Amino acid sequence: MLELVVYGIVFGSIISLGAIGLTLVFGIIRFANFAHGDLMSSGAYFALFMVTGLLSWIGVPDTTFGSLSFGWRMLIAFPVSMFMVGCVAIAADRILYRKLRNNKSSPVMLAMSSLGVAFIIRMLILIFWGADSLFYRPGLMRPALELPLGVKIRPDQILILFVVFSLVVLLHLYLQKTKMGKAMRATADNMELALVSGIDTERVIILTWGVGGALAAAGGILYGIDVQVHAYMGWNFLIPLFAATILGTIGNMWGALVGGLVIGVAQQVSTAFLLSTYKPAVAFMLMILILLFRPKGIFGGKQE
Amino acid sequence: MIILQAENITAGYTREVNILYDVGIRLTSGQIVSVIGPNGAGKSTLLKTIFGILKPTNGKISLKDEDITGLKPDKVANKGISYVPQVDNVFPSLTIQENLEMGAFIRNDDYSQRLNEIYELFPILGDRRKQKAGQLSGGQRQMVAMGRALMVDPQVLLLDEPSAGLSPKLVDMIFEKIIDINKSGVSMIIVEQNAREALKMADHGYVLAMGRNVLDDSGDELLANEEVGRLYLGG
Repeated sequence: MLELVVYGIVFGSIISLGAIGLTLVFGIIRFANFAHGDLMSSGAYFALFMVTGLLSWIGVPDTTFGSLSFGWRMLIAFPVSMFMVGCVAIAADRILYRKLRNNKSSPVMLAMSSLGVAFIIRMLILIFWGADSLFYRPGLMRPALELPLGVKIRPDQILILFVVFSLVVLLHLYLQKTKMGKAMRATADNMELALVSGIDTERVIILTWGVGGALAAAGGILYGIDVQVHAYMGWNFLIPLFAATILGTIGNMWGALVGGLVIGVAQQVSTAFLLSTYKPAVAFMLMILILLFRPKGIFGGKQE
Repeated sequence: MIILQAENITAGYTREVNILYDVGIRLTSGQIVSVIGPNGAGKSTLLKTIFGILKPTNGKISLKDEDITGLKPDKVANKGISYVPQVDNVFPSLTIQENLEMGAFIRNDDYSQRLNEIYELFPILGDRRKQKAGQLSGGQRQMVAMGRALMVDPQVLLLDEPSAGLSPKLVDMIFEKIIDINKSGVSMIIVEQNAREALKMADHGYVLAMGRNVLDDSGDELLANEEVGRLYLGG
């Protein structure tokens, strides 16, 4: 049971990375991005392309770090994939969403167009890699560390938690301390006043997509390290992502983190009572309950 | 010297329906101009058009000798004009200090001196600089909003109903601050419902009705004008 909680925290922290991106984008352009899960898969696959393709051709050694399941190749692929997926997210905004926004399209139109983007990404993955589950390192050994109370955890998972929390802290510092970070929060608060203050809101929007895309990529890759990479992973993330975002109050970064952890733990713990195929249903049930009883999320209703 | 001038402005929120018809206004450097008129006269629309939030379908806006017609708000801000909207004029989840920093977004120099000047003008903001603007009272929010607009050291300040929703005591305080700001060398256009007070501090006043210029004269003359008194100053 405790072990399920620990696994839930690991899975939840990965969901959080996606949910934070989703909530940032929503906060600024009020737009439910259904392609966010597939941005996560695109990050995972871009890293796969680098680890098993590009970097092995260049001749980066395939050694691993200590008892971790990856090495130099992943260390290079991780930030590069974050950057690339950030660019993909920005490109989708420039080519598609911005035009719809400028035409004053309804939120439903924007959401539907993002669903289209999601399909495009997923189909590209299916074309290039097929529908099989893939691993960054085939046939890997999975040594587990024994923690007190009989909890087994892999070194990879400890590292995942460390990476997630470092990224969240970095993002927090960025939003609190830097000029552009503050401008992002200001724009989320009141876009019109941001414009009036001379803030270049288009630049803020681009930056938000970049950060959201990069975090999504990080989440996708970490999931790939923890479990596996498959074409439908992004689709499966979508309901937990939205559940976490709504639970944590839309637009609230820390809320998305807490929401992700709650959803992750709930999904894992449910496997003690239910078939694990019901996991997405657990997230969906939670989302419905939140919408029924606390539609503004746990951190909602305090401001103003 | 005329610092800001809008001539023959026709503008509205959609292409088909105009709010303003052939409106003109002049601001002399160092002065306060008040724009009064009934609800729906187009006073706020005039400010939005000057600041570039709305694009006029006709007319010309110039700052000193420069044509600024049709420039976007961030460009207008760069020219030295600041605007305080009537509602939603602070960033609620940002602290007071962060609100002021956002006012200085277009500045690339060190603005700590200016920040201190704003805190001297509104001491209560300095005491609460870490507090979120969303938790402040109406009067304090108005101070944050004005402080934000002043961060760029503007030549011209456009104020949209600074007294809206404030208690009479606070209204007096805000108007005193406005006079202080004007004395520090900022020229202003103020749109007000509180017409009597607005004309008292104005060097020049404009009366708008139904989107057109009705009258313009010095503040004192308008206050003494019987028709203005009957129609806009409540008898």
